[in-house]
Amino acid sequence: MKYYDKLIFELSKEGRRGYTLPENRLQQYSTDTLPASLKREAELMLPEVSEFDVVRHYTNVSNKNFGVDTGFYPLGSCTMKYNPKLNEEMAALPAFTSLHPLQPEETVQGALELYYNLSHALAEISGLAEFTLNPFAGAHGELTGLMVMRQYHIQRGDLKRTKVIVPNSAHGTNPASAAVCGLEIVEVKSKENGRIDVADLKPLLNDTIAGIMMTNPNTLGLFETEVLEIAELIHACGGLLYYDGANLNPLLGKCRPGDMGFDIMHINLHKTFSTPHGGGGPGSGPVGVASALVDYLPNPHVKKRADGTFYVENGDKALGSVSGFLGNFSVMVRAYTYILSLGKENIKMVGPLATLNANYIKESLKEDYYLPIEDICKHEFVFDGLVDKSTGVTTLDIAKRLLDYGYHAPTIYFPLLFHQSIMIEPTETESIETLDEFIHIMKVVAQEAKDDPESVRTAPHTTPVRRLDETTAAKHPILSYRDLLKEV
Amino acid sequence: MNYKYFPHTEADIEQMLQRIGVASLDELYAEIPESVIWKKEYNLPSCMSELEVRNYFDELGKKNCPLTVFAGAGAYDHYAPSVISQLISRSEFLTAYTPYQPEISQGTLQYIFEFQSMISELTGLECTNASMYDGPTATAEAMFMAVASVKKRNKVLISETVNPNVMRVVKTYAQYHGVALETILEKEGCTDKADMECKLMAGDVAGVIAASPNKYGIIEDFTGFAETIHAQKALFILNADPSTLAVLKTPGEWGADIACGDGQTLGMPLNFGGPYVGYLSCKKELVRKLPGRIVGATKDVDGKRAFVLTLQAREQHIRREKANSNICSNQSLMALYVTIYMSLMGKQGLREVNELSYSGAHYLYDQLLATGKFTPAFDKPFLKEFALRTSLCPKTLQEKWKENGFFAGIEIADGVLLFSVTEKRTKEEIDRLVALIKEV
Amino acid sequence: MSTIVEGLRYAESHEWVKVESEYAYVGITDYAQNALGNIVYVDMPEVDDEVFKDEEFGAVESVKAASDLISPVSGVVVEINEKLEEAPELLNQDAFGNWIMKVKLTDISELDSLLDAKTYEAMCE
Repeated sequence: MKYYDKLIFELSKEGRRGYTLPENRLQQYSTDTLPASLKREAELMLPEVSEFDVVRHYTNVSNKNFGVDTGFYPLGSCTMKYNPKLNEEMAALPAFTSLHPLQPEETVQGALELYYNLSHALAEISGLAEFTLNPFAGAHGELTGLMVMRQYHIQRGDLKRTKVIVPNSAHGTNPASAAVCGLEIVEVKSKENGRIDVADLKPLLNDTIAGIMMTNPNTLGLFETEVLEIAELIHACGGLLYYDGANLNPLLGKCRPGDMGFDIMHINLHKTFSTPHGGGGPGSGPVGVASALVDYLPNPHVKKRADGTFYVENGDKALGSVSGFLGNFSVMVRAYTYILSLGKENIKMVGPLATLNANYIKESLKEDYYLPIEDICKHEFVFDGLVDKSTGVTTLDIAKRLLDYGYHAPTIYFPLLFHQSIMIEPTETESIETLDEFIHIMKVVAQEAKDDPESVRTAPHTTPVRRLDETTAAKHPILSYRDLLKEV
Repeated sequence: MNYKYFPHTEADIEQMLQRIGVASLDELYAEIPESVIWKKEYNLPSCMSELEVRNYFDELGKKNCPLTVFAGAGAYDHYAPSVISQLISRSEFLTAYTPYQPEISQGTLQYIFEFQSMISELTGLECTNASMYDGPTATAEAMFMAVASVKKRNKVLISETVNPNVMRVVKTYAQYHGVALETILEKEGCTDKADMECKLMAGDVAGVIAASPNKYGIIEDFTGFAETIHAQKALFILNADPSTLAVLKTPGEWGADIACGDGQTLGMPLNFGGPYVGYLSCKKELVRKLPGRIVGATKDVDGKRAFVLTLQAREQHIRREKANSNICSNQSLMALYVTIYMSLMGKQGLREVNELSYSGAHYLYDQLLATGKFTPAFDKPFLKEFALRTSLCPKTLQEKWKENGFFAGIEIADGVLLFSVTEKRTKEEIDRLVALIKEV
Repeated sequence: MSTIVEGLRYAESHEWVKVESEYAYVGITDYAQNALGNIVYVDMPEVDDEVFKDEEFGAVESVKAASDLISPVSGVVVEINEKLEEAPELLNQDAFGNWIMKVKLTDISELDSLLDAKTYEAMCE
């Protein structure tokens, strides 16, 4: 197929139209009468194109993308599972999409019921008391959860707890969220076996610790086997445990964060609950808490009356508000569709099958790729580059070469514990045939790295564009079409 | 056990377990302390067929009552051309992750570049990021930008005329981050410039936040604001409805350093509050303080024009606790939504949308005054939203409208109702809304 | 691999200091630029800013990494190397030939705690 290289601005021709609007029957009123000092003077350079121009343009643009519907997407920590089509149809029902968020509650009972039911389903799956669905994404959930943590200490008058413990293997959002929340970060190291070093943790504990942020299984895909001891230590020093739900998928059906001693957690509906990533959002990052913390969840809250009707409430003890309204509602519709479709019988299979898939790839490739920690993993695992690094082929090269073979690359150079991290997460929705083909190609690439390293180092060769000049992009940022015009 | 989203047959599972060297799926969890293994059944509904799920949602939908909307307060009922939902449903867009592998993500990267370009056109500020969650959180992040940009200052002023749903989020973020947030008084529905000047004099203010149109729908006159604020070395932040910027003076023209707000007004469905799309634009010299993803143009090794995530060293995955924000996922697909909307509408279409909204709103305003039951709350210019004081009981009035299928007049203060009219509202709907008043 | 210049003082955080009477020029070492890769941006302090020993005074960024600049001395910034605003790659080309800031020292004795070339070289190995 011919490479499409146009920006929508470059299709523009003066006088073209891509819309129709009703005729203005109230022309006695006009913005012409607004004071000149309040009106825009600058030229507005938006494209002037026909409707079909727009359709063809964005169809062509979409062809330069790779989605989970296109092919296997083993991107570690991102849980790129199949996004069911039924979810989309339910989310598009006009009975939900046409609702104004401030409509009287008696006119939005269905929407409130969905919110309430989903939050209670998540509470059941997590072993926590209650969820807010207001946060918009995982990182936003982390921030909200940390605000709950701080609010809990503040409400008790315990103002000196301003530090939060974060493992060095944590997702980058953990320390960033803590900093945004005004908390100081204390790093705890990992042991040789990839787990939090409890011996390193103990001396960090005192009455300035607000809590700990943990990902379990952690970013190496390993279950934190000493989680109960860690929970006891943190609680004994007066802190709370935060669970980063980015890696919740493998635990479905097998264990619940609340039962491990976690007090606060977020869930990425766009990971575990199958809602599409949309090229980087919209996601949804519900936050759940133990019963003692329920009042601190952000406003507004959705509650149920004894008569079975639902209402929206703003509480005094709440941490405040983190969203304009009730969050990414249509993402919730998708997630609830997924839960109802699977039901209790199938949800419990998500974790074991995701774990099975990950271990299958790991065991099949460990002769070619260096596996730093030999252990049963959960939903994902991390290689540290090739076993044979003699030809200098790096993790980046391997990732790029996989694109030539029709795969999305795994997550690379994360976690930071290893220099050449390749983090693979297959999810439960991939078949053994897909995994076998991927394993085969990974072996081919490993062989190419020995026999023909140059072809790997210069990959990709067959993608719409090849490796990009990222240095110039960062040095001389061109961030808009206007910037681009200046370059010519 | 076979379920349609799981491709595993019993034989597959057996074969895979053998490769791994364990006897059962349970054994994959052997390292987990026995006491935390969940052995019960989830208290959740049983699995439903596709047909049953559809029926469930149809029934649930019937418990909602879609109304004809004459209200705004942060979410506006603009028209969504049918092309958009079709295009954003393409799974190449819908099911992609963040464009970390640019070679196979040019689709996402290109539309983000177009989004940035178009939002910058509207705001009159050179740099725009790949989107924020919503308008309120974008405004909170703008506040953080000010504090990070103006060294050793930790105070931000926010006008009381900023929409309360923005105000609540900004206050929450400020409280936990440790920003001293102070409000600027309101005077006749607008930001009290004298009060702002007085509060700026202390010389400890990093930024000033105002809104256009403001919480009453008033188009405030910010003449002299930028000069006053810049004289005190602070930044001017304007929360602006991007749709209105096709006709109203832009943040850039007002001399603002940062613009932020909600792109929902660019044809996005109301969707019970989300997903919408926040935007954040700034002057070029502030770009390194701009949070989140930013796409830049570059070339590949063959010299082809291409797009890539750039200036990433600002972000959480590299900077961790030193990052200027924790944002990771944003509202990318919604950025595509408004990009397609703006492509379809162009400058002419966006102007017409505003013209129609303006005409409808001013017609309703005059008709309401003509009933004798309403008086102006303020005498200030507005576009599509306005506040009126009523001598009737607001509850009774709202109830009457609701019974007749209208959502109109949000009570924002005792006896003061806020109305909004977009291009979707017809003259007949307006006349009907007004006629109902006589029945109260 | 990376070069070391004799006669300069070094910080463990990979900054070098060249002292001229009451002034000090501060830059990053060849080892540091090597570790970062292609430098795309240098976040520099402003003239008249106060800097403090062992505290951050800016940052250097490459495409996929960023590193804080830690001041090896205390004092007031009297000049910054404006060439780096347009051409940050100068740090890659000649890390020792391109200082980042010039500081008027407030406490010359602080220099004593810095490393000499030999000790720094040993540390980098």
